[in-house]
Amino acid sequence: MMPEIGHFALIIAFCLTLMLAVVPAWGAWRGNATAMALAPTLAVGILVFVGISFACLASAFLQDDFSVALVASHSNSLLPPIYKFAAVWGNHEGSLMLWALILALWTAAVAVFSPQLPLLVLSRVLAVMGAIGVGFLSFSLVTSNPFARLLPSTPVEGSDLNPLLQDPGLIIHPPLLYMGYVGFSVAFAFAVAALLGGRLDASWARWSRPWTNIAWGFLSLGIMLGSWWAYYELGWGGWWFWDPVENASFMPWLAGTALIHSLAATDKRGLFKSWTVLLAIFAFSLSLLGTFLVRSGVLTSVHAFATDPARGMFILVFLAIVVGGSLTLYAFRAPTVSSRVTFAWVSRESLLLCNNVVFLVATLTVLFGTLFPLIVDALGMGKVSVGPPYFNAVFVPLMVLLVPFMGIGPLSRWKGDDIARWRSELIIPALAAVACGLTFPLLNAPYNIWVALSVLLSSWLCLGLAQDVWRRLRNASSAARGLRRLTPGYCGMLIAHLGFAACVIGIVATSQYSLERDLRMSPGDTQELAGYDFKFVEVTQVRGPNFIADEARVVVSRDNAIVTTLLPQKRRYLAGGSVMTEAAIDPGLFRDLYVAMGEPVGNDGAWAMRLHYKPLVRWMWLGAIFMAVGAFTSVLDKRYRGQRGVVHSDSKAALHGA
Amino acid sequence: MHPVRRQRLLLVLFVVLFSSLAIGLVSYALRGNINLFYPPVDVVSGKAPTGHSIRVGGMVEQGSVRRSEDSLEVSFMLTDYKASVPVVYVGILPDLFGEEQGAVASGMLDSEGVLQATEILAKHDENYMPPEVAYALENAGFDEKGKIK
Repeated sequence: MMPEIGHFALIIAFCLTLMLAVVPAWGAWRGNATAMALAPTLAVGILVFVGISFACLASAFLQDDFSVALVASHSNSLLPPIYKFAAVWGNHEGSLMLWALILALWTAAVAVFSPQLPLLVLSRVLAVMGAIGVGFLSFSLVTSNPFARLLPSTPVEGSDLNPLLQDPGLIIHPPLLYMGYVGFSVAFAFAVAALLGGRLDASWARWSRPWTNIAWGFLSLGIMLGSWWAYYELGWGGWWFWDPVENASFMPWLAGTALIHSLAATDKRGLFKSWTVLLAIFAFSLSLLGTFLVRSGVLTSVHAFATDPARGMFILVFLAIVVGGSLTLYAFRAPTVSSRVTFAWVSRESLLLCNNVVFLVATLTVLFGTLFPLIVDALGMGKVSVGPPYFNAVFVPLMVLLVPFMGIGPLSRWKGDDIARWRSELIIPALAAVACGLTFPLLNAPYNIWVALSVLLSSWLCLGLAQDVWRRLRNASSAARGLRRLTPGYCGMLIAHLGFAACVIGIVATSQYSLERDLRMSPGDTQELAGYDFKFVEVTQVRGPNFIADEARVVVSRDNAIVTTLLPQKRRYLAGGSVMTEAAIDPGLFRDLYVAMGEPVGNDGAWAMRLHYKPLVRWMWLGAIFMAVGAFTSVLDKRYRGQRGVVHSDSKAALHGA
Repeated sequence: MHPVRRQRLLLVLFVVLFSSLAIGLVSYALRGNINLFYPPVDVVSGKAPTGHSIRVGGMVEQGSVRRSEDSLEVSFMLTDYKASVPVVYVGILPDLFGEEQGAVASGMLDSEGVLQATEILAKHDENYMPPEVAYALENAGFDEKGKIK
């Protein structure tokens, strides 16, 4: 019964999205306030019904209702309850449900948290989000119904959830990633609404900026979690593979990074308006493209589920409608919204422009590398794959180009600045950064030109920020007052940029200093790696809730003092019989030690073992967390509280006046 | 020139310069870093280049997997049931690697026609087949069990 209720709720939600897409838009066109006022109610209604539907699906998973085809093929009664719940989105149909739920969540959030938005704008924004909802809910209902039953031949037991997915990573990575992916639909909806209304003013940027920042923050977290998950779960210590699906999430992030910076210029100075709109369209289109790449299975990837051409076709058509429609609208409307503000070449605007150009080019090169195999295949020129060397070769120089400007950015002034002032402000940070770059081997690290460069660039970034904070504080009467005067917007920028610096150092140091050895080890053997002794003690059999495993005990010591005991496993899952490597990691702020088991070799109990020493690998993920925290912090800024804040201060002033 | 126009011109020049730089970088990076895929039958008939990184995909032939006694060297045959390519790999194989399973190996062909693999990809769940392997088998006219279609 429950699955039918869920299916029914999904159909009701679909009807509501249809109404949301049509009625408020009609109201906005005709000036009918009643029709427009319906939008927030509909948005909340959609959330309720998609929520009911999702809850029904989740309960089918939790109660092992194997008469539902999706549950039968992706769950098992032995599965721990938390993974049964996460299994809801560990498959194509369910992940679409998650997508729909999060879209409903964002739509309702816009409806509820935008009291300062004029009704006309709000109804347009919600109508656009409704239209996106129509696309996804019909996709779910028509091509991938999650509630399809297996009647009357109901299996007694489900085939298992893919063991790779039986991990805490599955519980949090997809929801966070989708929060980011889908969140860009808000920026997109604001942009399209502004194009529809023909009015792109500073207030438009101010409204859409906090939403974009939040979405970007979630996307950063989602990507970071994906990387971390791959690192410990796939068992060979890599954290980024330039896999098509990773790229699919990375491209919206790159475009989104350009967008949040361009929005800053639009918000503060009324500049780059049509450009910002284009970026918003671009970022969301890339999210959709990502969905297409993941769900259609056209590319070889660890994320591809078993495929169905009809589904790929559906998303492709949807993508074409969204991109084609919004670009056509843009072509007709953008000229009317272009700005007439000018700025000098030496100014913050130019630096933001540099940011935008670099990130856009980075997006396009990644896009090109991702789609190149498809293009070549479509032209019948053979099957190629574009490997990590391509992406590294184009991506790294672009980032190197970015950071020098990034160091100046926070210090620079809007509208017009002075090179002489930059020079006098930045000469000390510049010299100090060079000194850091030259002397970092004093920290007991071998000299490496790439690490030196990354230290140079990161310290330039951090010291530039420090200089700017100091400049703001020294004009204040006391340090505490000066600190209080730093707005959340500024603090957010500070935190996010520091995170970027940490990321740069982490990535470069890990890539350059990591040591890896694949070895044959017999019980009792000791191997040395980076000054640590790894002693392979024994292998024992252990039992988990739904697997049995060979567990190795590896005692790690340094200078005869025991550092840690690592227990990597080789698991065999009972339901599907599939084998999985579970790496054991001793994490640390400055280094990770990583042991994974290969397979048994020979007859004397020897195993193939993989030992890793990974310095500063955590910095990269910590950096991404910083970026997300920065994005969330910036949203607390007073300027986004809009008219309510204004009214408030007005009434205060009135009180004081009285 | 009008200052706004001059600004716009400089902007356009900047964008053109930058994007040509990027295109140059992309084409340079592409030249050395794309791996062409070859079905085993093409490798055996000599269509694949030696000394250049390629990818070969097919089914792992039954009874062909041999491990060395004292190192992590593994050798096996990849087949599309028309022809087989010997592959040598040193290291740890993916969990779902096995005989009569699809796999893709990337590496260079040596002068004896043996693929010295640097990376082995196997499927990542029970029901998934790497598209290239499916393509290679399709090409040779066999299904994944080795039966003629």
